[in-house]
Amino acid sequence: MNRYIFLSEPGNRSSDLFFYIQKALAEKGLDKKIGLVRTQNVGFYSSMPVMRVIPDDIVYKDLTHENINRIIEEHFIHKKPVTQLLHKVASPYVRLENRNEYYKQFRIVLRNMGCIDPENIRDYIKRDGYRGLEKILKNKMTPDDVIDELKISGLRGRGGAGFPTWKKWKLTQEVPGDEKYVICNADEGDPGAYMDRSTLEGDPHSILEGMTIAGFAVGSRQGYIYIRAEYPLAIKRLEIAISQARELGLLGPNILGTDFSFDIELRWGAGAFVCGEETALIASIEGNRGMPRPRPPYPSVKGLWDKPSVINNVETYANVPVILDKGGSWFAKIGTETSKGTKVFALTGKTKNSGLIEVPMGMTLREIIFDIGGGIKDNKKIKAVQTGGPSGGVIPESYLDTPVSYESLQKLGSIMGSGGMIVMDEDDCMVDVSKYYLQFAVDESCGKCSPCRIGGKQLYDLLEKISKGSAVDQDLDRIKRIGQAMLKASLCGLGQNTPNPVLSTLKYFPEEYDEHIRMKKCRTGKCKDLVTYLIDPDKCIGCSLCALRCPVKAITGEKKKPYFIHQDMCIKCGECYNVCKFSAVKRD
Amino acid sequence: MSIVNIKINERTYQVNEDLSILEAARLMQVKIPTLCSHPDLSQSAACGLCVVKLKGTSKMIRACATPVEEGMEITTHDAELFEIRKTVLELILSNHPNSCLTCQRNQECELQRLAAEFGIREESFEKKLRDKPADTSTTSLILDPVKCIGCGRCVEVCQKVQNVFALEFIGRGFKMRIAPAGNITLNESPCIKCGQCSAHCPVGAIVEKDETAAVWTGLRNEKLYPVVQIAPATRVALGEAFGLETGTLVTGKMYALLRRLGFKAVFDTSFGADLTIMEEASELVDLLKNHPDHLPLITSCCPSWVDYLEKFYPDLIEHFSTAKSPHEMLGVMAKTYFAEKQGLKAQDIFMTSIMPCTSKKYEITRTDEMFASGVQDIDVVLTTRELARMTKASGIDFLSLPDEDADNILGEYTGAGVIFGATGGVMEAALRTAYYFITGEKLANIDVQPVRGLTGIKRAEIDIKGQKVKTAVAHGIGNVHVLMEEIREARRSGKPMPYHFIEVMACYGGCISGGGQPYWVNNEVRKKRTAGVYQDDKNHKLRMSHENPFIQKLYGTYLGKPLGEKSKKLLHTDYKPRPLYYK
Repeated sequence: MNRYIFLSEPGNRSSDLFFYIQKALAEKGLDKKIGLVRTQNVGFYSSMPVMRVIPDDIVYKDLTHENINRIIEEHFIHKKPVTQLLHKVASPYVRLENRNEYYKQFRIVLRNMGCIDPENIRDYIKRDGYRGLEKILKNKMTPDDVIDELKISGLRGRGGAGFPTWKKWKLTQEVPGDEKYVICNADEGDPGAYMDRSTLEGDPHSILEGMTIAGFAVGSRQGYIYIRAEYPLAIKRLEIAISQARELGLLGPNILGTDFSFDIELRWGAGAFVCGEETALIASIEGNRGMPRPRPPYPSVKGLWDKPSVINNVETYANVPVILDKGGSWFAKIGTETSKGTKVFALTGKTKNSGLIEVPMGMTLREIIFDIGGGIKDNKKIKAVQTGGPSGGVIPESYLDTPVSYESLQKLGSIMGSGGMIVMDEDDCMVDVSKYYLQFAVDESCGKCSPCRIGGKQLYDLLEKISKGSAVDQDLDRIKRIGQAMLKASLCGLGQNTPNPVLSTLKYFPEEYDEHIRMKKCRTGKCKDLVTYLIDPDKCIGCSLCALRCPVKAITGEKKKPYFIHQDMCIKCGECYNVCKFSAVKRD
Repeated sequence: MSIVNIKINERTYQVNEDLSILEAARLMQVKIPTLCSHPDLSQSAACGLCVVKLKGTSKMIRACATPVEEGMEITTHDAELFEIRKTVLELILSNHPNSCLTCQRNQECELQRLAAEFGIREESFEKKLRDKPADTSTTSLILDPVKCIGCGRCVEVCQKVQNVFALEFIGRGFKMRIAPAGNITLNESPCIKCGQCSAHCPVGAIVEKDETAAVWTGLRNEKLYPVVQIAPATRVALGEAFGLETGTLVTGKMYALLRRLGFKAVFDTSFGADLTIMEEASELVDLLKNHPDHLPLITSCCPSWVDYLEKFYPDLIEHFSTAKSPHEMLGVMAKTYFAEKQGLKAQDIFMTSIMPCTSKKYEITRTDEMFASGVQDIDVVLTTRELARMTKASGIDFLSLPDEDADNILGEYTGAGVIFGATGGVMEAALRTAYYFITGEKLANIDVQPVRGLTGIKRAEIDIKGQKVKTAVAHGIGNVHVLMEEIREARRSGKPMPYHFIEVMACYGGCISGGGQPYWVNNEVRKKRTAGVYQDDKNHKLRMSHENPFIQKLYGTYLGKPLGEKSKKLLHTDYKPRPLYYK
């Protein structure tokens, strides 16, 4: 074999496409020279399926049968890339060693994504996998050496709050006793976020190796991965990975022939968002109702079954093997003064390209949205970007030149969070956006502490009032009061951050709230109670297109005469407004 | 334990390091508001009212759940903290009905008190109430989800203290409510009716089933002869409702009060306790002498404990004393012996019991034996709290009442009868009499100290003329599994039984902190009420049940002898396994 094709498709089954490529290769007699592997996504769902050719580091899209034949002919036989079919954003495979400034992205966590068969441990090992762990054990490094290396690297928790990872490990290591636990938080649940799922599905061994190193550092023999049951493929891949690692002596008793033993088991979560909070997660593993408890004591001192426990999220663990392999100082060169390394984001919303990206800390939001995301679709104007999921805030266009770091985002009223990044354009209503996130947080509140349980519901209902046009000026004061109380008096991060979306939009877009409350208007038409669609008889030429498209037949008229919208039937979907070629439909 | 230096509101204090900020502040007379924290319970940190500022952190922290540390500088009150707490309080109020005027907790409600202290004058937020009907399935308790503020104290006490797990958080977010798991009622759940939930609830969400109206009706019925009995633990607690120092003995005033309410005869459950000892000590002596393989004997005075054993340890039912509880014994004596003496029929007598307990409301119809007189032996059970309310409603000035005596013979008791009110009391009273039954002599030191006190499990070995009687006392039903598992293990392995006699009370501290006692119980209160009970014991010249001349008269003229035919018929009961869940 001198070349590999890694095919990345949505779903979990081998499709016709896979067999077609297999057949096509065989017909040209290339099946002995070119290996075909199904793999996890390469980070861009919007243009799946795609295929990556290794070692050429080229990604092709638009994989019709015809195009596949062309790729085989031109790329593999004539050795000339088919430039028309190149995936512009995904194509440059960025090596760890040579950071490619031009292409912006820099992959540590996603280093193996789309380049290995995640069900084959040897693929991972070939790409320097388990070298970090081997280095520790072969060089007889001490747990303190490992923690020092992490300290030099400056790695901070990628789950949201950004607590220095080495400090967390040190706290657990310092507690006497030999019953300790290493827990991986894979309870990813932000709407629109799939960083952890992709990592687990595409590179499960990186998590296992990271956890094993943590086990060595803190003196634990047992790890648990708390993973949502809604991620069956990730669960399957993890199970395969665990059994393969055990076979090779990389997990289980006496790892690599040393007296260090460590094993990992999976624990399934039932999909409660709050179980991503570490104390609720621990309660859930223990078989209790997943509700946060007050800290201190912190889990690092008193965690699972009251034993010291290290909890990190998927992305944090995925960084660890690379830091141990290449050294903490190598890692510390990437990023900003306080935020080292890279961050994976799920870039979604109104950008032209969307998908998983990994960028060095310190890159500006503008670079991410315009240089990687390709800017806004349909030549619309960007309005804001939301980071951190339902716990994060909205950042307006004027702050897009802010470099991404834990501190900078927090200063703007948002958070890094686990890495959701949703780009919004002029068609997005800020009241509607806040309502959406609040609905999520209200549904997912565990209901334990009163600020979150009652405050969230009150906030949501106040926003509902605003979006229906029945709010009064004092309601804004109520929102601010409740927001402050939740921020300060909620028990866990979920409750404390629930008001972020509404408080940040209120801060940056007060005029939109004002319009809703005083003028009873929604400029985007998203708040349907505040919108009326009318046909201007002077502009309507009676083409009947709007009437044909209206899903509830609320538009009637005679051809070539002005049409008419029956307001009592109109559901305000805006379809007529969008299809009219003569700007005859008015939104008021 | 070491001492740390902390600053609260710029003043330096030295406090024990095992305190929370809330407890430390309380010691310094700084009051931090809270609705969920309770000294009996681990901190759930649910209400969000006790937030304080800690120098060096931007976040506010919860005073209830944060231990003090050396050098902490804490601000407990300022304008911002007031505003945050007021908002949280108003949010809680927006989820709580304004039905204070008709609420059982009116003027005794922690939320109402806080609303008054914070000077809440308007409702800033729209009312949003739970839409769920009240659970009225048991005869003891009413759980009203509309009034529940979700503080979780009841869940804590039901699960972690009592180990019953009848109550659980159900649902998420705004729909969260507290109820038995699995969409069932309390009566279909493992609930043992101990009422500790109601004693710890800060509001009126879970309360005793109020039966005062039934008592008023009974008192107005001219065809009935109303009689009443008061339990040992009530006499050291009722005074609290009228501003008396905790633990004050108000026995004489209670008798006077009940006469003025309209009861024609006033009895004392402590007499029933003496009677219980006669039967139970006889059972113990019989087992020790004739059937040592049937030991241990386990007390059965506490109906919540009876319910718990029937549900959780049905295999140990044979160890239960068949003697009825004191108030049931007194009830049947009132409707048989007393009725005959008065020339009345059993159904003419209307018997009310004043109890520290919500579970006694359940006990009065527990089995057919509770109808031994031919009719229901006890007609109504009132808790101490209900009697306090009834007193206030009657216009009687409790504090100016004279001390009166109870009616004999069912009102005369010994010191042994009254210590039933505290944990270890039944054991101590039984040992005093059993010692006499076995040896014919008086116990040298009748204060059996090792079985007293608030330790959850108390083990003691009593030497009865060379025979070592091994005893154990458990209170707070969550502690009992330790003893029961030891018995099960001994039965399984055939090893000697670790105990001969076991006393269990479902409530921590015994009946003095029962589920129906006045609110605001903590260990200080428990100690003072206990002291009151033992003071009453000391005040009595006769301190052993068998010495009670009226007990002797009752056996001599009516019952015959302990465990005799008539005694068995009237004073004993039986038990059956019950399912944990009825659905």
